[in-house]
Amino acid sequence: MNITDYGWLGKLSWDSIVFSDLISNFSVSAAVGSTAGAIVIFATIATLALLTWFKVWGTLWSEWLTSTDHKKIGIMYIVFALVMMTRGLLEGMVMRAQQAAAPDGFLYADHFAQLFSTHGTIMIFFVAVPFVVGLVNLVMPLQIGARDVAFPVLNQISLAVTVAAGMLLMVSLVVGEFSTGGWSAYPPYTGGDFNPGVGPDYWIWAIVFSGAGTTLTGINFTVTILKCRAAGMNFFRMPIFCWTVLCSSILMIFAMPPLSVAALMLGFDRYLDFHFFTNDLGGNMMNYANLFWLFGHPEVYLLVLPAYGIFSEVFSTYSAKRLYGYKSLVFATMSIAVLSFTVWLHHFFTMGQSPTINIVFGIATMLIAVPTGVKVYDWMATMYRGRIRFTTPMIYAIGFLILFVIGGLSGVILANPTVDFQVHNTLFLVAHFHNVLIPGVLFGVLAGYNYWFPKAFGFRLDERLGKWSAYLWIVGFMLTFFPLYGAGLLGMPRRSFSYMDLTFKPYMVVAFIGAMVVLCALISLVLQLLVSLRDRQKNRVPVGDPWDGRSLEWSIPAPAPSYNFAELPRVTDRDEFTEAKEQGRAYQPPKVYRDIEIPKNNPLGFLLCVLSGILMFALVWYMWWLALLTTLAIIIVVIASTFRWDSEQIIPASKVQQDTEKWLALVNKTEPVGRDLENTPQNNGYAKLEH
Amino acid sequence: MDGNSSALNKGLRESPGAIHKDPDMVIFGFWVFMMSDLIFFGVVFAIYITMIGATAGGPGPRELFDFGSLFAQTMLLLTSSLTVGIATITMKHQRSQGSFLFWVVVTLLFGLGFLTLELLDFSEMAAKGGIPQRSGYLSAFFGLVPLHGLHVSFGCLWMLVMIAQVLTVGMTDLVKLRFLRLALFWHFLDLIWIGIFSVVYFGGWVYG
Repeated sequence: MNITDYGWLGKLSWDSIVFSDLISNFSVSAAVGSTAGAIVIFATIATLALLTWFKVWGTLWSEWLTSTDHKKIGIMYIVFALVMMTRGLLEGMVMRAQQAAAPDGFLYADHFAQLFSTHGTIMIFFVAVPFVVGLVNLVMPLQIGARDVAFPVLNQISLAVTVAAGMLLMVSLVVGEFSTGGWSAYPPYTGGDFNPGVGPDYWIWAIVFSGAGTTLTGINFTVTILKCRAAGMNFFRMPIFCWTVLCSSILMIFAMPPLSVAALMLGFDRYLDFHFFTNDLGGNMMNYANLFWLFGHPEVYLLVLPAYGIFSEVFSTYSAKRLYGYKSLVFATMSIAVLSFTVWLHHFFTMGQSPTINIVFGIATMLIAVPTGVKVYDWMATMYRGRIRFTTPMIYAIGFLILFVIGGLSGVILANPTVDFQVHNTLFLVAHFHNVLIPGVLFGVLAGYNYWFPKAFGFRLDERLGKWSAYLWIVGFMLTFFPLYGAGLLGMPRRSFSYMDLTFKPYMVVAFIGAMVVLCALISLVLQLLVSLRDRQKNRVPVGDPWDGRSLEWSIPAPAPSYNFAELPRVTDRDEFTEAKEQGRAYQPPKVYRDIEIPKNNPLGFLLCVLSGILMFALVWYMWWLALLTTLAIIIVVIASTFRWDSEQIIPASKVQQDTEKWLALVNKTEPVGRDLENTPQNNGYAKLEH
Repeated sequence: MDGNSSALNKGLRESPGAIHKDPDMVIFGFWVFMMSDLIFFGVVFAIYITMIGATAGGPGPRELFDFGSLFAQTMLLLTSSLTVGIATITMKHQRSQGSFLFWVVVTLLFGLGFLTLELLDFSEMAAKGGIPQRSGYLSAFFGLVPLHGLHVSFGCLWMLVMIAQVLTVGMTDLVKLRFLRLALFWHFLDLIWIGIFSVVYFGGWVYG
């Protein structure tokens, strides 16, 4: 059918709603799908009802949805990531259950294919990226001693389009179906000839919009780090987290465009009958594979580098030692960022290029293990002879250190083209990338979540449940994914919804048990948050330095004021705050109080979130009038926003003085607390100076 | 690093919370954006180059390109880069608002002229069977050249907004800063066009 053959509602009809399948043609598979759809609808209604019940719409609007404060934007990113993680994790569970139950599973092949496609898409683009970006937003401007990111409204817009794209994925659970083409959506299978439904269109628009958000974020963070550092903070005085963020942001700027191009070209093929990647008339699928992995490989380093940064901070703080080999960590980070662009062909060793090319890319891939190894030794040396505290972030970090080496080594195995020919497209590969992404990225962001939570909200998370969660993640991960190495070596293909060879069965059963443990880990994570909210008075850390922190973000109250610093700091050392504490410079009033100018609230981000959400939905369902209308609305809203001339507000010096003096008075009457007591209610965020 | 090198980073001046109004930073941010856009174009160029031979029996560069019109388009666009430069200079030397607007309008007209010729070109190509659905080669062509045209259209819209802002609030610092970015963007599009002329049109014609 031609794109003009549709009416007002485009392709949309009653049959598109997920429940219609359940009524017309009952099956367990349809029931699972309908349950997911029902959860989305119920959760939406429940959220709206709760917000109305607690009368928080006004606060939500003025404090959050229109906020340009980088800390709040960061928190919203993380909330969004946690919601999406719940979905992605449940999908993983359903898949493990299906494979454990095979050969008599309960899902249709198509349903299983949608599950692995959404699971991959969500976990990468809507969990890992927003979680990392959220933590960076929260912390990086504080670490470099800035008032905000370089472009606060752009920051808002990046969040807006990312969330809109995530919502689109949620809608796909209720209306229509998602792509069955995996997270990489290879054509020609995802082209119009083989996949005429709306599934790949959902994928395309979610990717294009969230990708645009990530590119803009990369620009924003890069400029922030290069231009907004406090006086005296030269590059080699920057906390290592900022270094990893800088490299990762540069990857965002250069790696996201190829993805946008690939997805848009696929869209042109599907919507307008172009022939970029089709089988006929000169289309070339390998162009897609090249574009996709030109993005896809840097993407994993884009995610893991900030996590390395978080681990570096965690190792250093909880070992109470200066980071070992700071400069080698910086150079290793930069090497990884550069090398990440030289390896993308290893994703298609088996697709027909010459052995010479395979060798070149195989060697390039193995080279990445060198700087990564440097980092691992630096982290170990940081712990050596330190006064280590086994806190929650530290458990994640040590779990990472051990498990990530295994994941990395399996990567070196895969980088050998001859081995790759044997195990590509098997569960060995699935085991490998989960083995790097879960300990590498997920443990990293969860460590960061536990580590910086008190800075964001002014109270500590419950340590006991935090440790439970960390151990459950570690054990659950090992049980789920180590069996997949075995099944993969035995030849079990990835993405198969069933199998006849029962040799695989025991592996799948263990993996399923592991998935249940991971579910317990998620539950304990949620419990931890709820318990901590309940006990927040007991666990408050208003002074702002609960862990004897070393960098600038710990030198201000928790939660930080909207303007971050009463007076922009002057930096003289790499571990500036530790240095200040040792020299007695910490907790000093500013020499002079000044008016501080910060951006006002702005509704632009929220408007763009709604409009781009509708636009994507209209495009997926071929509702051209609506697509045109929302596009026009977006243009008008953006132009109108450039006519806002009074976009700044002044926080008067008297207010800054009042806040600061109140805080300093609190510091004076608070008793410093030693590291041994940091997880007790005695800890009010004033760490005692210990050696 | 030794203590002296801290002089490299003087830090932001203390007054501004509103760091996003710092001209140095805003312009630098725009440069970074253009780098990203350049990658976007670069990748589409690469796809075009791989697909030069993929005409699938359909019309190729030799049948489709009209170098007369292309010469006119090039002249219009390159001249518009000159006029936008003159507009920037009138701004810098604080000449009258009238002369500034004059040069902006001239640039806008050149831009619109370029777009008109480009669209005429496309319709002529279509008349010769050169539509994007015909072959991978033509898909690649229509993926790249109109992408530049879309950027030019966006630049024209931007100029209209600038004209409206100058007329309503005058040449404020914010308006000037926005115009500086527009001018950068416009020069950038010239650069891309030179790439398109050399790679797409001339390269296609030679190797097609």
